[in-house]
Amino acid sequence: MRIVVCVKHVPDVQSDRALDDDGRTVRGLDDVLNELDENAVEAAVSLVEEHGGEVVALTMGPDDAEDAVRRALQMGADRGVHVSDDALAGADVLATAQVLAAAVRAVGPVDLVVTGMASLDGLTSMLPTALAGLLDLPQLTLASELGVTGGTVRVRREIGDAVEVLEAPLPALVSVTDQANEPRYPAFKAIRAARKKPVDTWSLADLGVVAPAPATAVLSAEPRPAREQGRIVTDSGDGGEQLAGFLIESRLV
Amino acid sequence: MTHAPVLVVVDHQNGTPTSPSTEVLTAARAVAGEGPVLAAWLGADAPGAAALGELGRFGVSTVHVPELGGLSPQLAPVATEAVAAVVAATSPRAVLLVSSYAGKELAAGLAVALGSGAVVDADGVEVRADGSLAVAKTAFAATWDTVCTVTAGVPVVALRPTAVTAEPAAQALDPQVAPVPVSFSDRARAVTVVERTEYPRTGEISLTEAQTVVVGGRGTDGDFTAVEELAALLGGAVGATRDVTDEGWREHSAQVGQTGVTVAPRLYIGVGVSGAVHHTVGMQAAQTIVAVNTDPEAPIFEIADFGVVGDAAEVLPQAIEALRRHRAG
Repeated sequence: MRIVVCVKHVPDVQSDRALDDDGRTVRGLDDVLNELDENAVEAAVSLVEEHGGEVVALTMGPDDAEDAVRRALQMGADRGVHVSDDALAGADVLATAQVLAAAVRAVGPVDLVVTGMASLDGLTSMLPTALAGLLDLPQLTLASELGVTGGTVRVRREIGDAVEVLEAPLPALVSVTDQANEPRYPAFKAIRAARKKPVDTWSLADLGVVAPAPATAVLSAEPRPAREQGRIVTDSGDGGEQLAGFLIESRLV
Repeated sequence: MTHAPVLVVVDHQNGTPTSPSTEVLTAARAVAGEGPVLAAWLGADAPGAAALGELGRFGVSTVHVPELGGLSPQLAPVATEAVAAVVAATSPRAVLLVSSYAGKELAAGLAVALGSGAVVDADGVEVRADGSLAVAKTAFAATWDTVCTVTAGVPVVALRPTAVTAEPAAQALDPQVAPVPVSFSDRARAVTVVERTEYPRTGEISLTEAQTVVVGGRGTDGDFTAVEELAALLGGAVGATRDVTDEGWREHSAQVGQTGVTVAPRLYIGVGVSGAVHHTVGMQAAQTIVAVNTDPEAPIFEIADFGVVGDAAEVLPQAIEALRRHRAG
């Protein structure tokens, strides 16, 4: 089977993340593979270990986004595709989905497209649904369990106040949550082997598409003032009373 | 254009519009101005008299009910095609909905189906002088404020629960019900729901709708008695960290964090919560943050307005007692 797993290079959640004057995410030295995409790569690699085939890691991003693909290769993906083009700077979710869809089509016949449940920069969780719509694939999103038997994919998902089991024929798109698996930590051999795996870099011209027109725009972006240091007390027998006192004084009860 | 309708996709539970839906209807009236507010109601059954009354109270003039033909509206492509059919029939100037996981998928589906821009996790929406929308939303765990706009198609905006205060319309309406035929694609029909189980609601108030949220972390050791008591006393909801749900002490739907629900209540109280990033992302926008933890170095104390370094097993019961005395006195 052929699986395309979409990965994203994002600013490290622990770093000081910022937006520039155009409202675009500032990318730089602290960027890493989106943590939730590790679960997607793990799911894809595990399925191919079980069923045979190949995993193609796909990303859209500036030059250093290739690191996200490399990380996926270290985890066991077989080859990578990096779509990079200056015209894509600041692309929103819909534009990203359109370009990724073109790239998936260019990769060729695919059994499964796998993504994470959200990227930790935007946290919109919109990409999987947009991508499935553009590729006209059945979608089974937010999967905490995933399995393929014959030509059918089955997932278990928790959404809102419910648990569902969904099934669809392949080809399909699945997004997995952090509950789906424990991403493997690559051994040194795997890291070394990954250096030899091929990564194709495609521009929009290579894909035969033009930059999608933006559908949203950022009008303003301002950092919020940092929270002021609060009052921290140590319990010496009346910690609970002080807590209650704070709530009462603050008129929160 | 000034009298074009605004369409709201209304979430409902047990036949009643949800509290966040009434918030979205309130925002929709402001956006619609003199134009009507329409509702799209997705479900196996049409809205009953009580639901229609509530929708009318919040200013809905017509409720459009797509004919789902047995397909599940919990699936994004089904919901998308159903709402797109309503959009085609009503030509709204905007589509508003609740920003839940299902809502965000619907927004994404509509963006593709309508060729529109979509903004989710919004805190507010207003009409600008040129008629376009200004949508407020925060970024990076509420450390940045942004205002966005939609530049293509019919704007789709999903609003965060509790961001807007629900207010009934000045004049309650008597909504008409309009069935809408839908021709579903093969893609929408391709996914089968093999089974679906809904969690019984453990409390009156849902986590995403509550103005007070009490979260129990690893420090509770799984004993949520005091957490639940405090939440009940304060009229709030109970949440959990990922550690707690991973241990199976609480169900996954209670998880507050970047892979669970995001809350921005008036009051957040973390009990035995360390404040790891994946949790704080989900609650950092709370107005007042209170924490109780035995570890003075716990990161949560860096963002807390008030904190007690101590054992929750002692601090909480004492606090509950003091609050009860205050209530009684």
